[in-house]
Amino acid sequence: MTTIDTANKSDIADMPAAGAQGPVDNYLTWTKGAISWIFTLDHKRIGVMYLAGVLISFLIGGLFALIVRTELIAPGATIIEPSTYNLFFTLHGAVMVFLVIIPSIPASLGNFVLPIMLGAKDVAFPRLNLFSFHLWIIGAIFVVLSLLLGGFDTGWTFYTPYSTTTETGGVVPVLFGVFILGFSSIFTGLNFVVTVHKMRPPGMTWFRMPLFLWAIYSTALIQILATPVLAITLMLVGIERAFQIGIFDPAMGGDPVLFQHFFWFYSHPAVYIMILPAMGIISDLIAVHSHRHIFGYRFIAYSSVAIAIFSFLVWGHHMFTSGQSALLNTIFSAITFSVAVPSAIKIFNWLATLYKGSIALNTPMLYALGFIFLFTIGGLTGLYLGTLNTDVHLHDTYFVVAHFHYVMMGSALIGFIGGLHHWWPKMFGRMYNEKLGIIAFTLVFIGFNVTFFTQFMLGSKGMPRRYYDYQPEFEIYHFISTIGSYVMAAGFFLTAYYLLASLFSGKKAPANPWGGRSLEWQCTSPPPHDNFKTTPTVGDCYDFSVVRWSDEEDGYVIDRSKDPEIAPSSAHSGH
Amino acid sequence: MSAHAKNDHDHGGLEQPLVGHLVPISVLVWTALALLFLTAATVAVRYVDAGQFNMVIALGIAVIKATLVALFFMHLRWDKPFNQLVFFGCIAFVVLLIALTVLDTGQYAPTVFDGNPDDVQAALDANAPEAPITLKTGVSSPD
Amino acid sequence: MTAIDANSNPPSDSPDHDHGHGGHESENPFQAHHFDTPDQQFESAKLGMWLFLGTEILFFGALFALYTILRANDPEVFSYASQYLDTILGGVNTAVLILSSLTMAMAVHFAQRSKKTLMLICLWLTLLGAIGFLVIKYFEYEHKFHVNLKWGPGFYMPVDEQEATVVGDDGTVLSVVQEDELAVAKETAKLAAEAEESLPAFVDPLIGAVPPVDATTVAPAAIGPGGISAVKPVEKIAADRAAEGHVEHSDKPHLEDQDLPVNTHRFFAIYYAMTGLHGIHVVVGIVMILWLIVKGMKGHFDRRHYAPVDLGGLYWHIVDLVWIFLFPLFYLIH
Repeated sequence: MTTIDTANKSDIADMPAAGAQGPVDNYLTWTKGAISWIFTLDHKRIGVMYLAGVLISFLIGGLFALIVRTELIAPGATIIEPSTYNLFFTLHGAVMVFLVIIPSIPASLGNFVLPIMLGAKDVAFPRLNLFSFHLWIIGAIFVVLSLLLGGFDTGWTFYTPYSTTTETGGVVPVLFGVFILGFSSIFTGLNFVVTVHKMRPPGMTWFRMPLFLWAIYSTALIQILATPVLAITLMLVGIERAFQIGIFDPAMGGDPVLFQHFFWFYSHPAVYIMILPAMGIISDLIAVHSHRHIFGYRFIAYSSVAIAIFSFLVWGHHMFTSGQSALLNTIFSAITFSVAVPSAIKIFNWLATLYKGSIALNTPMLYALGFIFLFTIGGLTGLYLGTLNTDVHLHDTYFVVAHFHYVMMGSALIGFIGGLHHWWPKMFGRMYNEKLGIIAFTLVFIGFNVTFFTQFMLGSKGMPRRYYDYQPEFEIYHFISTIGSYVMAAGFFLTAYYLLASLFSGKKAPANPWGGRSLEWQCTSPPPHDNFKTTPTVGDCYDFSVVRWSDEEDGYVIDRSKDPEIAPSSAHSGH
Repeated sequence: MSAHAKNDHDHGGLEQPLVGHLVPISVLVWTALALLFLTAATVAVRYVDAGQFNMVIALGIAVIKATLVALFFMHLRWDKPFNQLVFFGCIAFVVLLIALTVLDTGQYAPTVFDGNPDDVQAALDANAPEAPITLKTGVSSPD
Repeated sequence: MTAIDANSNPPSDSPDHDHGHGGHESENPFQAHHFDTPDQQFESAKLGMWLFLGTEILFFGALFALYTILRANDPEVFSYASQYLDTILGGVNTAVLILSSLTMAMAVHFAQRSKKTLMLICLWLTLLGAIGFLVIKYFEYEHKFHVNLKWGPGFYMPVDEQEATVVGDDGTVLSVVQEDELAVAKETAKLAAEAEESLPAFVDPLIGAVPPVDATTVAPAAIGPGGISAVKPVEKIAADRAAEGHVEHSDKPHLEDQDLPVNTHRFFAIYYAMTGLHGIHVVVGIVMILWLIVKGMKGHFDRRHYAPVDLGGLYWHIVDLVWIFLFPLFYLIH
């Protein structure tokens, strides 16, 4: 190692200014000033910045949703005009999908946790990581810009020919914004794949990785394979709109169904970009908080990869009523059912892990259990939509809306928030108020089900989605649904309150508050700048027999005497 | 030119082992010559009428050329298996996209006819003679 | 930055605490702090590049899929419109790209052997090839724009460049001379259009003189009532809508060509989309090669550290690889 750097000038400038952190430094205070954050190459800071961006977008997208729900509380005009309503539900969808859910787990929690779980100092390409964050910011700016230019009312799916002909002025900027966000997502995925392949420490074989990493890895594969197709497709829509090239616009001889093929070739896998990382989080949450070795490790790991591959073979099930041919309808419908298999494998393995576990019903665990409940409903209702003949009835009704909210929100976002609670003490070194956490979870869980289970009923009774007005017989359902959304919003605002409060007045977090065994629990909370002074070696990250509670630490410690596999070198950072 | 005929890792007597693989100049030049020859061949074939086979030949030559570029210019022949998997895997996904979309658009049924099918029209005439449902288009129905 | 307090730098005893704030990309040493060995770093970079190339393949792949569908649905459009592309220029461009790929591969070879001068010569040659490709492409585009071989409605705009029929492939040279004539012809066309509302009457003065000669001559794009009605039975709604599109366009003058298939403009849409996107990649490649030359002149590459040349080479080869498919798909349709 003759080539290792010694501190050059810029390093000296970046040396920590605060020495008050005790013997172990802290990435949050390693350097100070906004510039040191905006241009940081530290994966942890990039993760935290993503987290901030994602949560702000979540707030905005959530407010849009509340406006839409409030408008629908009664038939006829309630608070906004029909055209404004179209803008708001479109914006809600676009912001939630492209700015919130897709980057939520991989880019924020994944960025923070993945290198630490691997025992690496950083992701493989820190500059690329920063670049993709900056791309995310630029993409978000374009989305905001499109708002200023009149918004867009195409729905988040940008279906042609409406998207190439609508009068709203924000379509091209938002297409460009999503194009850029796509590349942000690609580079994040690329970084993670390389990191997982090349940065694993000695001893961490593929089958010793935490399952969260398997999920992130599978997600990254989808991001790499699918997102370019979305990018080029949206680019073509933009060009179609600007120059009338006649690719998708039927008035020019184009084929709008072709757009749907291309769009869903990305966007169906994108559904798994959203859900797979959440499944990974749940795998870890279930094991850690029930203090029991994960059941069927390999099945869960393989099922993540299987879902990633299957996700590319089922995109046509979004197009059963779009004029897709009967042959393809049949093929896609048949393959769609097969996705249920790896999903069910995960569910059963989680349940088997819980069995006879020593379950701690703290907030992250509640979210994990909520996930299992909601994902089961969301997944099973997906089968109704994957069946050709029922889909003809249910397509474009609130049944679809309810289904994908159960999956996207009830599963992906609930998983994200569960993971956020799980790693919050690690990220910021503070414990949040557990009681408020449980109350907030209860509000979110009840509010969610009230909001969206009602919509299953609405949809099966024939209420079409995206409508501004409706028949009086639907009023009661819409009313209940809207009330549910308020309850849910209250839960989220409460969550925001106690999480923010914990930053200022929270109890100092121990290195290992939950009894986790993977590497991130072996460095301090918050982790030091370099994560680990020396590359740690690893044991079985689901073997909790060596983890025990320590009053002295007010947290869990790993009893090294019981596990000869752990090299003493990694002990420093974990006390 | 081709002082480095050795096929494997050529350390050239220098102090440190080379990371990666060194491809001899001769191999590169021969690859380029093959590519140029194939280009000339594919242009020549364009002027021969081989019916459907024109496209097959042109694409076949293109695939050979692309393979040559990937294997020798891009060192893929000597690269890590996973890198090879990435390259060919991505091509497989492109093939998947093309195959399924072509399969679909090839199946599109005619949706616009000159008038209604006979049985439908008969039913309309019988039940709703006033209904202005007959479709008019400038396109004649297929077959 | 903030106050410097070297004493409080906890990991200062650790030799590899540089967190990349220094320019480790270009300065000595070449190894970033978070890698354990140069091999690990090289292989990571290489895998990253291959994954990126994979995204490029899929990026273009969607367009190839689009191409396949358009061609499968309307084969006659492609065999008809392909005659407007210049096979010779396309072939020359293919050769240029292949040769520049060769010099790029040689540049990597010389970088691996620490032969700085030879590497730089090869990079310069590569740059020359890249620029040459774009220049040839520019002439192709320029000529097509001149004769309204465009995408979308532009394709059906009044073709005021009948001279193109006469000058054929070398229109780029003569077109300058023709500018005035074109203006006159345009004016004539406008007057004719005002005088006579009906389509055939307008077509008369312009097209009657010079019909398309043969497949290798550049003929003006044209559409007429004959062309439309002679179209094969169309099997999908898109084509039907295109027929409506014809009605939309009927207020614009069209040239009469009995053989012109419906939707010929779509060939040019996909042609410009694919070659344009490829051209953008060539431009990016030029910037990248320039960057490599600058760094190479500073002596940043040698056998220990040649990854940027290698990765740049990979990118350049994929640009070549895409063109290898574009060439037969557009220029070599029999």
